[in-house]
Amino acid sequence: MSSTQEKLRRMADQIATNLQARGHEEAVAATAEHIWKFWDPRMKAGIFADDLSVLTPIAREAIEKLKADAQQSAA
Amino acid sequence: MGYERQADFGTPEVKSDQQVTLTIDGREVTVPAGTTVMRAAAECGGSIPKLCATDSLNQFGSCRLCLVEIEGARGTPASCTTPVGPGMVVHTQTPRLEKLRKGVMELYISDHPLDCLTCSANNDCELQDQAANVGLRDVRYGYQGENHMGQDVDTSNPYFDFSPDKCIVCSRCVRACGETQGTFALTVDGRGFASKISAGQSGDDFLSSECVSCGACVQACPTSALMEKSVVEHGKPERAVVTTCAYCGVGCTFRAEMKGEQLVRMVPWKDGKANRGHSCVKGRFAWGYANHQDRILKPMIRDSIDQPWQEVSWEEALSYTAAKIKSIKETYGARALGGITSSRCTNEETFLVQKLIRGGFGSNNVDTCARVCHSPTGFGLSQAFGTSAGTQDFDSVMDADVILLIGANPTDGHPVFASRMKRRLRQGAKLIVIDPRRIDLVRSPHINAEHHLPLQPGTNVAVLTSIAHVIVTEGLADEAFIRERCDWDEYQDWARFVSDEKHSPEYLEAVTKVPAETVRQAARLYATGGNGAIYYGLGVTEHSQGSSTVMAIANLAMVTGNIGRRGVGVNPLRGQNNVQGSCDMGSFPHELSGYRHLSDSATRQMFEKDWGVSLDPEPGLRIPNMLDAAVDGTFRAIYIQGEDILQSDPDTHHVAAGLAAMDLVIVHDLFLNETANYATVFLPGSTFLEKDGTFTNAERRIQPVRKVMEPANGYADWEITQMLANAIGCDWNYTHPSEILDEIARLTPTFTGVSWERLEREGSLQWPVNEKFPDGSPIMHVDGFVRGKGKFVVTEYVPTDERTGPRFPLLLTTGRILSQYNVGAQTRRTANVVWHHEDVLEMHPTDAENRGLADGSWARLASRTGETTLRVVVTDRVAPGVVYTTFHHPATQANVVTTDYSDWATNCPEYKVTAVQVTPSNGPSEWQEEYNAQAERSRRIAHVEPAE
Repeated sequence: MSSTQEKLRRMADQIATNLQARGHEEAVAATAEHIWKFWDPRMKAGIFADDLSVLTPIAREAIEKLKADAQQSAA
Repeated sequence: MGYERQADFGTPEVKSDQQVTLTIDGREVTVPAGTTVMRAAAECGGSIPKLCATDSLNQFGSCRLCLVEIEGARGTPASCTTPVGPGMVVHTQTPRLEKLRKGVMELYISDHPLDCLTCSANNDCELQDQAANVGLRDVRYGYQGENHMGQDVDTSNPYFDFSPDKCIVCSRCVRACGETQGTFALTVDGRGFASKISAGQSGDDFLSSECVSCGACVQACPTSALMEKSVVEHGKPERAVVTTCAYCGVGCTFRAEMKGEQLVRMVPWKDGKANRGHSCVKGRFAWGYANHQDRILKPMIRDSIDQPWQEVSWEEALSYTAAKIKSIKETYGARALGGITSSRCTNEETFLVQKLIRGGFGSNNVDTCARVCHSPTGFGLSQAFGTSAGTQDFDSVMDADVILLIGANPTDGHPVFASRMKRRLRQGAKLIVIDPRRIDLVRSPHINAEHHLPLQPGTNVAVLTSIAHVIVTEGLADEAFIRERCDWDEYQDWARFVSDEKHSPEYLEAVTKVPAETVRQAARLYATGGNGAIYYGLGVTEHSQGSSTVMAIANLAMVTGNIGRRGVGVNPLRGQNNVQGSCDMGSFPHELSGYRHLSDSATRQMFEKDWGVSLDPEPGLRIPNMLDAAVDGTFRAIYIQGEDILQSDPDTHHVAAGLAAMDLVIVHDLFLNETANYATVFLPGSTFLEKDGTFTNAERRIQPVRKVMEPANGYADWEITQMLANAIGCDWNYTHPSEILDEIARLTPTFTGVSWERLEREGSLQWPVNEKFPDGSPIMHVDGFVRGKGKFVVTEYVPTDERTGPRFPLLLTTGRILSQYNVGAQTRRTANVVWHHEDVLEMHPTDAENRGLADGSWARLASRTGETTLRVVVTDRVAPGVVYTTFHHPATQANVVTTDYSDWATNCPEYKVTAVQVTPSNGPSEWQEEYNAQAERSRRIAHVEPAE
């Protein structure tokens, strides 16, 4: 795994941790929105392709939501 | 304009609701109550002789030259200390006054050298003017008696001399040092005939004294007793051009005083609304870098970074660069290209660079130095208030009753604003300082902070939340304001959150290391002490919770109703001269100018139509992500205007690896900076003296930058970007930055009413300037927040991942010093090095003793990321367990030690918290020596003999 991949995981988890005080549901939505608004496509692709099980639950759900949204728009 | 002194009304302007009408020399005059007779006379075009009076200082009444006669009053009162009265009848010129003034002036001149022909003042001398004004024709006393002639000139300051024999002891310099600058370094030593101006203690000269070389004394001096060395060398200026300083985010207005193409001196402009006639050692004196021998004036290219540079024509440099860009784009796609705009360049130049990258390169991989300083401000304030900028103008501080200063050191970083702040504090405003270090404002002459909260680095959110806890649980919240201006439901959620016992000062004391009672007292003072204004700096933003801290600050302002009027607000002290502007201009990879996200298709289409291109709707890479992608091989080329990321950005080894991995690094700068060690194209830049444009300061003030001399490199930076754009196939035809500003206004809702003509007419404008705010916006959110209702954001304290431990038991925090600016590229090439010629490590006596280190010892500073060596300064300014250094010198490369941890929302690096160990050392490390050798090799320029 590249150090970039490690950084992406850390960034996703860090966003989720800082938003978790808003409550689980809102934190998932806010984490997903943040990544969607601020991450470059290759960063998004990188985290989508990663093993999401290593992420914190909020980050994992946020990425899964973004992946689903991306697949839906591609379809 | 030609060269003439600015009008001097003798005493400061007075503001009053009451007007007073009087008669001066037969003319009826109406002025605000409290105005002096001297000023009233000056405002109606009169000129009462004066020496100790000047309108930047309070009246003093010592020179006895400004005497007047007032009908019905006894004697001849000094007009500078006499307030106007209704119906007063004043005579400023009578035979009696003439005789008195001549007598006074004769005494002054009897102890003053009559060397006007060779004096550096060269008629620009108030003493000479007043001697002429009172009609003095001869001096009866001669020089046989005791006098002050022949005293040694104090030349210790690198920028100005003090000639005591030309001094008339009017005390203007002493008062300027106190009233204007707030340093109180100067005094009148001795009494009567023995009185003399003295810097510091007995035995001190100007350099060894507390003098901070702001130049206020030199400006106030009515003779040439205090005179710039540059005037002594070059002579009196012939013309002056008003322009804006290119150092910090205060944005001081200066008169660049010229003799032909030679800049003779920079003098602060009294009408400048950011600086009100004051200056600091950088803007006033440290402009010598503009003509420094290190400056590169010809374009250069090379095939690889291990080769020497080859000087080439502009045509060759641009065609070489364009071919490389096109080739990389063809091979790897547009998203492999990007660039960095400069917060030292103008708005117009920054706008063009991001336009080149988005419209020309075809990617949104554009970022700016705000990424590493105030990006959390942009994010945090836009969440809370709906706009990415501070809420006040600088003048607002004069209405503050309580100033909460967190993570900022204005006397070093924003010295001219610090002087205003100190003036307000001397008037009685209270100060709360939240900072790990005991900065000067905690305690300095006539300043004593009410509370200093020396928190553990990295615990800002915990401290601010505990302050909020006190405010809410002790019933100090301004509920009326919150109900009217904020979302009440969100407030209640937030109030519940902060009220939890785990956010109390007592609970968090173990984390923050701040005594709970101090936190409680500070919270009560901020909430109940009248107008509460928060000022903050990079000690807030450069943390893994930088954005959360900004939002926590916004919460405090809203919960106490301290927003939307003068004297209050949330005030980020922005670092570089145009960092606010570079953010406004669309330098971030996710948004277009005016902070509009790329996903907003209407905005995107507006730009596409105007520029005739199609824009990538996806956000681009931020600087640290660009470096990661470069190492991964997906980011191949970068155009960097006016930034030195190798020295300024964290984790130097990683920055170097990223740059080394790219196929093309284009550096557009004044000097071969550290980043240029990895460049294969160098485009020589122009200084702020060599171009027109605008800068936007920390108070959102858009100010003109005016060309005072031709660019030594041949072109202004906006022209160079345009040439590069055209070389890759764009069709740009700007002939003046005013046309770029028109485009910015056309495309940016907050700039709609801004134009070059209007700035020429009005001097400056504070955005938003548009239909809703036609005259600009000194104070924001007056009737409501930009986003509608103010948003309380829950900010949970999350400790940084950077932890101390047995191997790295100390916390390093980094910052700036007064005499140096950012990476020091400019200030290191001036005489400012006399105050700071190397970065040093501040360390508490206990920590130093435990390691066998003494003042001046070499020490090895090591973190998990890297190590460097530097000298130790032992001081209790830092707490035990905390060490501090600056990053102004490439020989130290302090950022080799800092980590890649960053703010959760913006990736702003966590410069302020690095776990380190400090051990004794013998001198520079092996890495430093290798780095210096590599840098030296990289800067070689192959000189080609011209063809016969």
